Amino acid sequence: MADKRQVLIVDDDPDFLEQMDMMFQAGGYATRTAPGRKQAEEILQGFTPEIAVIDLMMENDDDGFILAYRLKRKFPECAVLMVTNVTGETGLEFPRIDDSAGWISADAVFSKPVRFEQLKEQLRKMGKA
Amino acid sequence: MENEKRLKLLIVDDEEGMRMGVKRALRNHRIEMEDGTKVAFDVVEASSGEEAVSMMEQEPPDIVLLDNKMGGISGIDVLTWINERDLDLMAIMITAYASIETAITATKQGAYDFLPKPFTPAELKVSVRQASEHLLALRQTRALEEEKRRVRFQFISVLAHELKAPLGAIEGYLYLLRDGTGMDDPKVYERVVERSLVRLSGMRKLIYDLLDLTRLESGQKKRELAPTSVIEAARTAIETMTPDADARGIVIDLEAEGEITLEADRGELEIIFNNLISNAVKYNRDNGRVTVRLEETSEEVRIAVADTGIGMTPEEVEKLFGEFVRIKNDRTRNILGSGLGLSIMRKIASLYGGEVSVESAPDQGTTFTVILKKTLE
Repeated sequence: MADKRQVLIVDDDPDFLEQMDMMFQAGGYATRTAPGRKQAEEILQGFTPEIAVIDLMMENDDDGFILAYRLKRKFPECAVLMVTNVTGETGLEFPRIDDSAGWISADAVFSKPVRFEQLKEQLRKMGKA
Repeated sequence: MENEKRLKLLIVDDEEGMRMGVKRALRNHRIEMEDGTKVAFDVVEASSGEEAVSMMEQEPPDIVLLDNKMGGISGIDVLTWINERDLDLMAIMITAYASIETAITATKQGAYDFLPKPFTPAELKVSVRQASEHLLALRQTRALEEEKRRVRFQFISVLAHELKAPLGAIEGYLYLLRDGTGMDDPKVYERVVERSLVRLSGMRKLIYDLLDLTRLESGQKKRELAPTSVIEAARTAIETMTPDADARGIVIDLEAEGEITLEADRGELEIIFNNLISNAVKYNRDNGRVTVRLEETSEEVRIAVADTGIGMTPEEVEKLFGEFVRIKNDRTRNILGSGLGLSIMRKIASLYGGEVSVESAPDQGTTFTVILKKTLE
């Protein structure tokens, strides 16, 4: 158990949460799931994730941003993968990542639906697969 | 002063006297519109058609007074120029000879009015007043249409989101099935299939609700008004929901005294009851209770459906009355809904001159009350 990589998954869609949970578990990771920012922050009190998969828009539109920001501040080593439904749905393009201001504290952003292989590939690049 | 609008008026005439006269007549002139808006004018002048065109290229006026007979390009030519650019202004033609031919051409080119020379300041003011009223009314209509388009676009965006969410979930489960991820466990397999079916049925419900709402809003749904038993409609909806209620030990009671009949469309009544009762079951606690109470006065029928469920905070109640609004919190996360039910009920209630109201307390329950008037004016 101890050598499994720890993953935090945060999404307010229960099905997405369950699917991610299943995929990461099947892939040999140790997972914790949270349906929102508040619950995720509670989990982070006693859990050090190496990887976090965070939905951008949850109860509030900016929950994902805030969570990613706080998570990176607390655990700078953690790989933060953000998933979003935003592009193409509101006509609102997700802003290109300009991290100079440190606003978007994600290492990568994926549009839903996202395949596990995509996430794995990103993690491999980061040496976190 | 906030209710004062300033309109820019351009007088185009090669006679200086005419331009001076118009300026003098309108300089301190104020018009009061029907809605109380006051309109004043900033008058600018051009002594030829060419000058007018170059001024309008810089900044189009709101109203243009156009002399037809000028050296150089004529008033009609200027009018054609305006028309080709679809400028948002009112043109009034000034013409010495009321020739029918000029009038027809000018009208075709979109002149709003004619002022035959010579005219008095009073005649000028009447014409300018009418043009101003017409212009402002047009602009207001356009702004309203723009707002309607905006609301519609927003509705469609949210709708697309609401349809994409279940699609994404089902797609995700299908990938899991295809790749066999975690499928050695038959319980996982069952759960994946079950959740996919649940999300599909949620999607179907959304589409049906959307169709109901669209038919109601377009007025295309043929209403069949006849004396209808409200109690019967309630019973039908209760029967529909009983399996779901039983599964969670929820009891549905119907309280009504005597027969209640309303001149109504049976289908509309059933939509109301289905929405009220299915919500009362969905947002209830296990082993809770749903009470459907029907009351009648000489003017109205009152339908109240109370549950013993999770309830809402005053802030949540306030948010509830928008389209696609679903209250998101820990306790509603696993409850599916289209977010259109209340919109549909309100639309139907309004057809009966009635309304929908809500009373709720967290952890105690929610009561929705629908009032339907017996007689419409």
